[in-house]
Amino acid sequence: MTTTVTKPPADAVPAPPKRSRRPKSARAGGQLHAGPIGYAILALFTIGSLFPLVWTAIAASRDNNRLAQSPPPFWFGSGLFDKLEVAWKDANLGEAFLNTTIVAGISAVTIVVLSTIAGFAFAKLRFKGRNALMLIVIGTMMVPPQLSVIPMYMMVAKLDWTDQLQAVIFPSLVSAFGVFFMRQYLVQALPDEIIEAARVDGASSWRVVWHVVFPAARPAMAVLGMLTFVQTWNDFLWPFLVLTQMGNPTVQVAIAGLGRGYTPDQSLIMAGALLGTLPLLLVFAVFGKQIVGGIMQGAVKG
Amino acid sequence: MATRHDTAAPPGKEGGAAPARALPGAGPADSAKKRARLSRRWQRDVRWSPYAFVSPFFLLFIAFGLFPLLYTGWASLHQVELTAPTDMSWVGLRNYTRIFDDSFFWNAAKNTLTIGIIATVPQLLMAMGIAHILNYKLRASIFFRVVMLAPYATSIAAASLVFVLLFGRDYGMINWVLHEVGIDPVDWQNDKWWSQLAVSTIIIWRWTGYNALIYLAAMQAIPHDLYESAALDGASRWQQFFHVTLPSLRPTILFTCVVSTIGASQVFGEPLLFDATKSASGGAEHQFQTLGLYLYEQGWVNQHLGRASAIAWMMFLLLIVVGIVNYVISRRLRASH
Repeated sequence: MTTTVTKPPADAVPAPPKRSRRPKSARAGGQLHAGPIGYAILALFTIGSLFPLVWTAIAASRDNNRLAQSPPPFWFGSGLFDKLEVAWKDANLGEAFLNTTIVAGISAVTIVVLSTIAGFAFAKLRFKGRNALMLIVIGTMMVPPQLSVIPMYMMVAKLDWTDQLQAVIFPSLVSAFGVFFMRQYLVQALPDEIIEAARVDGASSWRVVWHVVFPAARPAMAVLGMLTFVQTWNDFLWPFLVLTQMGNPTVQVAIAGLGRGYTPDQSLIMAGALLGTLPLLLVFAVFGKQIVGGIMQGAVKG
Repeated sequence: MATRHDTAAPPGKEGGAAPARALPGAGPADSAKKRARLSRRWQRDVRWSPYAFVSPFFLLFIAFGLFPLLYTGWASLHQVELTAPTDMSWVGLRNYTRIFDDSFFWNAAKNTLTIGIIATVPQLLMAMGIAHILNYKLRASIFFRVVMLAPYATSIAAASLVFVLLFGRDYGMINWVLHEVGIDPVDWQNDKWWSQLAVSTIIIWRWTGYNALIYLAAMQAIPHDLYESAALDGASRWQQFFHVTLPSLRPTILFTCVVSTIGASQVFGEPLLFDATKSASGGAEHQFQTLGLYLYEQGWVNQHLGRASAIAWMMFLLLIVVGIVNYVISRRLRASH
């Protein structure tokens, strides 16, 4: 009988509701085709969304003098790879990429695991104070980060953690959004019967989490992991306060440092901005569909 | 994690069935005792494990959210310098009374409000329009959805640095376009309203697509029969949008308004990096300095952490006031419907 606990039958793991919602989404708008005006507006919006990014690359491929002429350049020059190389060195981007990957990776994995466990408790377990605690979780989303920055800075100064990665890692491990997101997912995606069945077989709560909840939550965990990674990768305020460009920067600190030099080389700044953005653009190009699905799924009950 | 319960694993080989419902008269007294012990363990597990599951979040939140929040309040009653953050001397409410007479603080508060409005209102309206179009049957709909997340994938730092160039007074792309259509160049750095519009543009650019997806998700969740009955009543497409779509979206609209308000109250990186003078003053005349930026200037440039703490708490109180106003307005709107 333990085998039923360790290996829930494949069909017992529910398909993500995202997919099952499709067939019945025959809403009014969905049946009608968009007209040419609709496409035109979308095309304009697409250009608006992409133009600044493309122009970053164009500016990075020109030298600084060219950017101080009118009209501004509209097409690529020949200096892109040289500039990228210089920016890579000047902004300490090699170290920055490594650091940011470490920080965002640890933060994403921790938040996903802790949020799944907590989200499961809020979604499926009965305990005293559950609703009150959930309200507190939602309430914590409203507190601006500026309110905690000063004491945390004092702590970091006291511990002598300035320019050290752990100063950025620890505060990035809390995500009320993550708990909320996983709760919303598990309420729908995890049928009570499976938990009951595992219980009847004598599984402890931790076993239920490991063998039932984690497999069922996998799609949502992947999405939450990506969203968290993106957010931590782009985090600016706190890393900017405790890290410096030459001492363990994250990518954002490094490229912001490029912009704050006294004789700014604009095309170099653009090269740095481009390098700092490319990895995430690649992630979005590959996993865009899943990320879109995740954002939309998290939104419905928001 | 102090309370690990994996010792309460199922009995396995002993053949003890569900610990909670032991069969009467099954097995010798020895295994009955064992079963009773297991059942007690099992009950303890069911009772306490939920708390163990939610506790990591709350412990981390207390450490990095609640404690700093309260300690900021404590620090705001002291004089604390950045160079010696552990030396605190009590000054009572002086940091707050200074803020009330500080024209830079109120300037920053006003700028935060106006930038917040300029950035949020058009953003949410555009997002709504885009979502409405995306809700039609489209070719390449996934492509459009992913593309509009590209700005969201771009960091504040990268986006701000690009827009500084695009909004350049002499050689910027935007002024060049304006010039081509016969409009005089705009001083995007030094003019108060134009600079605020430029800073807001960065925010609008990054967040419109994201909000459009949220509205789209909510639109797709509207039951089809609502539209059918509206159509039977002879409602045109526009009427359907205003009488079916918008009312159904009200919770989502409220949600995006709240999130955007919170986001707008914290604006920091955009005005910091948009400033061509490389200072934290939000332009030579503080014309686009936000509260978040002013907090940074007081704390890290002027090195008064105590005063910065008082600014932080004032931000929090102002946000609560805005939140209450928001709530009252939305209740009024609901009541009028």
